[in-house]
Amino acid sequence: MKRYTKDHEWIRLEDGKAFVGISDYAQNSLGDITFVDLPKLGTAFKKGDSVCVIESVKAASDVYAPVGGVVESVNNALADAPEKINVSAETDGWICVLTNVEMSDLEDLMDEAAYADFVQKQG
Amino acid sequence: MTFVPHTDKDRAEMLSAIGVRSMDDLFADIPAELRVKALDMAEGVSEQEVYDRLHEMSRRNAHSLTSFLGGGFYDHVIPAAVDSLTSRGEFFTAYTPYQPEVSQGTLQAIFEYQSMICRLTGMEAANASMYDGGTALAEAVIMAVNVTGRDKVVISTGVNPIYRRMIRSYTANLGIRLVELSASPDGVLDRAVAVAALDGDTAALIVQNPDYFGSVDDFSDLAQAARDAGALLIASVYPISLGLLKRPGDMGADIVTGEGQSLGLPLSFGGPYLGFFAVRQALVRKMPGRIVGETVDRHGKRCFVLTLQAREQHIRREKATSNICTNGALCALRATVFMSLLGRQGLREMAQSCARKAAYAKRRLAQIKGLRVRNRAPVFNEFTIELPAEADGVVCKLIDNGFAAGFPLGRYYPELGNCLLVALTEKRSKAEIDSFAEALEVAL
Repeated sequence: MKRYTKDHEWIRLEDGKAFVGISDYAQNSLGDITFVDLPKLGTAFKKGDSVCVIESVKAASDVYAPVGGVVESVNNALADAPEKINVSAETDGWICVLTNVEMSDLEDLMDEAAYADFVQKQG
Repeated sequence: MTFVPHTDKDRAEMLSAIGVRSMDDLFADIPAELRVKALDMAEGVSEQEVYDRLHEMSRRNAHSLTSFLGGGFYDHVIPAAVDSLTSRGEFFTAYTPYQPEVSQGTLQAIFEYQSMICRLTGMEAANASMYDGGTALAEAVIMAVNVTGRDKVVISTGVNPIYRRMIRSYTANLGIRLVELSASPDGVLDRAVAVAALDGDTAALIVQNPDYFGSVDDFSDLAQAARDAGALLIASVYPISLGLLKRPGDMGADIVTGEGQSLGLPLSFGGPYLGFFAVRQALVRKMPGRIVGETVDRHGKRCFVLTLQAREQHIRREKATSNICTNGALCALRATVFMSLLGRQGLREMAQSCARKAAYAKRRLAQIKGLRVRNRAPVFNEFTIELPAEADGVVCKLIDNGFAAGFPLGRYYPELGNCLLVALTEKRSKAEIDSFAEALEVAL
């Protein structure tokens, strides 16, 4: 199951674990990504907390937790190759995996069709 | 640029816009004794008369004293080339450029400065400079708190008391708990006490080398203890001493700061000075201030840019690593020229000369009856002597003999009222040390 936030994060649930990243639309708006300040393992986030910061040539942007949870692993490949987010934001460019996911937080997120519609309206 | 002074009407409008009644109210936060008093200048006098009046006033300053005064700011030789090179029009601007890459010369000078600071301190990355040693150390405290997500900061009272006051003002509203470890002139920081203060809430341990009383230490064990506790070791250092002493980077420090005044800047009654700031590579994205980096342009030629700007407030806004987005470019340039002229060998010789003169002065003063040298640890160019009388009074007497005898420690350490901090630089001759000792003997 995959869901999106209004802040352009995505979350994909697989066996009770949640992969988190930013959408292809978001990476395209940010431009060339130069650095991802990966979160520390074991950190607990509530929905909407800042998980990490992504730096691009244009800006530094916070990534917000789409749901509450605890950081189980991070995508260490991004430390040396942050551009993976530009190349494949919604697959290889995942940022972290959350466990102990607060399932009720998923309720107001958008599915792929709704997000595509939301992005369309952003212009 | 044209200079158009504000009219009384302009001032009144501006004050009313921000809801302040008078200029006095606007400056209410500045203690009265620090505000500019009237220069007592008659209206309508000529330029020459103004010059004469100001010159006459400036002569009342005591600038011809033979100085043994230190405490973090030192009377070192400044080669004449420092003034002539830094006063070149291409450099003589106090401001960091807002279209930085257009000013390749300015950026290269900053880049060379950063590289020299790294070599001097043994660290991997330095910023383009900060205002002075105290603000640099305060920024290091804030950085350590941000890096670790912890709120307790442990600091030795062997760190310059002025810096400690600046840290307190800087961090007053940041919810940081500052814990002081008591240091004394008799020895180096007590290891058991320092290690016991490091716990799971500790963001950093702050030490100074040489400490305020002049004692030299090796903090390698404390750097390890800090690392074991998940805290950072911040070291504030005296750059000239690094010509001789072990570099803080080689001791394992995470952040190194210091006062760069001794690198080619005159004492000038307190400023402008220069703060240097260096870190390990892993911490570079959390560092405050501007950073110049080297790269290649589209033709493949070496060039310089401002780099890692996503740390700074014009991009990261309230989440910036610091609210300082400038540097002391001209002061840093003076340090760069100074270090270039001395080189590795010259700096070493200057440091040796300071240390030898301090060793001689220490022996000579120790012969005075009733006077005791407090430092039992090795010293570099400065040491603490205990007098049989209040140090403040003795300093006043010696001013009349033409000596700035040193810093009376009682001003910051009430228990050390009889103690005087005496500093030597390469500028002091044996004859000056001897006559200082004689004058001190008489004054006692």
